[in-house]
Amino acid sequence: MPPSNAAPIIEIDGISKSFGAFKVLNDLSFSVKPREKLALIGPSGSGKTTILRILMTLEGIDSGTIRVDGDNLYQMERNGKLQPADESHLHRMREKIGMVFQLFNLFPHKCVLDNVTLAPMLTKGVSRRDAEKHAMELLDMVGLADKAKSMPSQLSGGQKQRVAIARALALKPKIMLFDEVTSALDPELVEEVLNVLWRLCRETDMTMLLVTHEMGFAHDFADRVLFFDRGRIVEDGKPDEIFRHPKQERTQAFLKKIIAAGHRV
Amino acid sequence: MGQWAGYLQLILDGAVVTIKLTLMGSALALVMAFLAGLGRLSRFAVFRWLATAYIEFFRGTSIFVQLFWAYFVLPLFGFSLTPLQAGVLALGLNVGAYAAEVVRGAIKSIGKEQYEACIALNFNRWQGLRHVILPQAFVLMLPTFGNNAIELLKASAVVSLISLTDMTFQAQVVRAQTGNTLFPFLTILILYFIMASVISLAIRGLERYLTRGLDGIRS
Ligand SMILES: Nc1ncnc2c1ncn2[C@@H]1O[C@H](COP(=O)(O)OP(=O)(O)OP(=O)(O)O)[C@@H](O)[C@H]1O
Ligand SMILES: [Mg+2]
Repeated sequence: MPPSNAAPIIEIDGISKSFGAFKVLNDLSFSVKPREKLALIGPSGSGKTTILRILMTLEGIDSGTIRVDGDNLYQMERNGKLQPADESHLHRMREKIGMVFQLFNLFPHKCVLDNVTLAPMLTKGVSRRDAEKHAMELLDMVGLADKAKSMPSQLSGGQKQRVAIARALALKPKIMLFDEVTSALDPELVEEVLNVLWRLCRETDMTMLLVTHEMGFAHDFADRVLFFDRGRIVEDGKPDEIFRHPKQERTQAFLKKIIAAGHRV
Repeated sequence: MGQWAGYLQLILDGAVVTIKLTLMGSALALVMAFLAGLGRLSRFAVFRWLATAYIEFFRGTSIFVQLFWAYFVLPLFGFSLTPLQAGVLALGLNVGAYAAEVVRGAIKSIGKEQYEACIALNFNRWQGLRHVILPQAFVLMLPTFGNNAIELLKASAVVSLISLTDMTFQAQVVRAQTGNTLFPFLTILILYFIMASVISLAIRGLERYLTRGLDGIRS
């Protein structure tokens, strides 16, 4: 499904973020349309992870505003005044967003099925029966229905990551954030995770933001690519424009380096 | 030989008191450990302050003095306790203060990524603590909790000072009545050792049970 022309589902407007004296994001603005599949690429340390973490409310911002699905992410209106978001506002906003981490972050003390059912049961009051039914559908979709009763420690990296994807999907978020979800995997396990992402890309109408170093996959997957450097967007365009005909020198240099490192573009 | 059976019975009666004290004291210590351990990590300064005050106070004063307060001084303020209640209170509060630091340390050792998964899955603080952090931290606390319980068992002998008829108290009675030192003290030596071993084994069993199929948490 192509991205819609409706109002943006994510609007980032002039945000800045520093860690101590180091300015990671500098007056950054961009917006994302509903159903859009966006790839974020760029050199190490350019702030890609930080953007996803800010959207997931794992990290605050110093200035600027972010709107998600029409609501201000970090501020709320109360008595006609804008105030910092409280916990219940953040909980409402987090319902719209899911995130998959580079290192999976599964719950090691829970079996695969419980990893997937825990959040819907706790945060949405779904019954165990319904949660397990939905979880089994999701595990089936990621090809792990037979591992439902396994513990995470018994899985390979690729299997862990597919469980993590199922776990995030179980909450039916409108927006999914993927932070280098294949970077921690052995090369032969990358494919199985990318296949799942590929299915999600074609079969769901979620908005997806994908940070990746897999340039070939980013090219096929994304409707649009953002190239970041030092906390700013250097280039923003269709995959073909960015990968085949980059306009900016820094994009060209980055892609050249990536290709030299053996990645397919 | 017949008279020794009677004296052995006396010591076994004392053993029952010691076991009771240890079980009830450990239960109180466990509750206090979680209250104070979580209090130390609270967002609210009042709780942090209260927990710190409790921990420092009970670690910084001796169990003797605490027991004497519970039994002899509290009545002056209108709280009269039986020797057993005073013993459980003093032992539970004292060991709870040490165990609180175990709770705090174990919770802090759970990686940041587990907390972040909780946020990404939209758990509230309590849900994350209850279903993700504590179950993992509890496994880490267990071995030290076992040591704490054994410490409590050994410390329970102080209650003989407030005339509670525990195992040590009864051994002294037997010694006074028979003039024999070896029999009563060898007996309680063995009994204390058996009790401590039971605690060790129970904790190890529980640990094995809780860590089935789970590695990568134990560091
Ligand atoms: N919690 C933090 N404290 C201090 N500095 C941080 C923190 N998180 C990130 N940084 C710094 O911010 C910069 C941007 O980090 P970020 O993780 O967003 O980069 P990235 O584009 O995801 O890089 P990579 O491709 O290596 O993952 C880096 O220089 C990093 O060292
Ligand atoms: Mg990163």
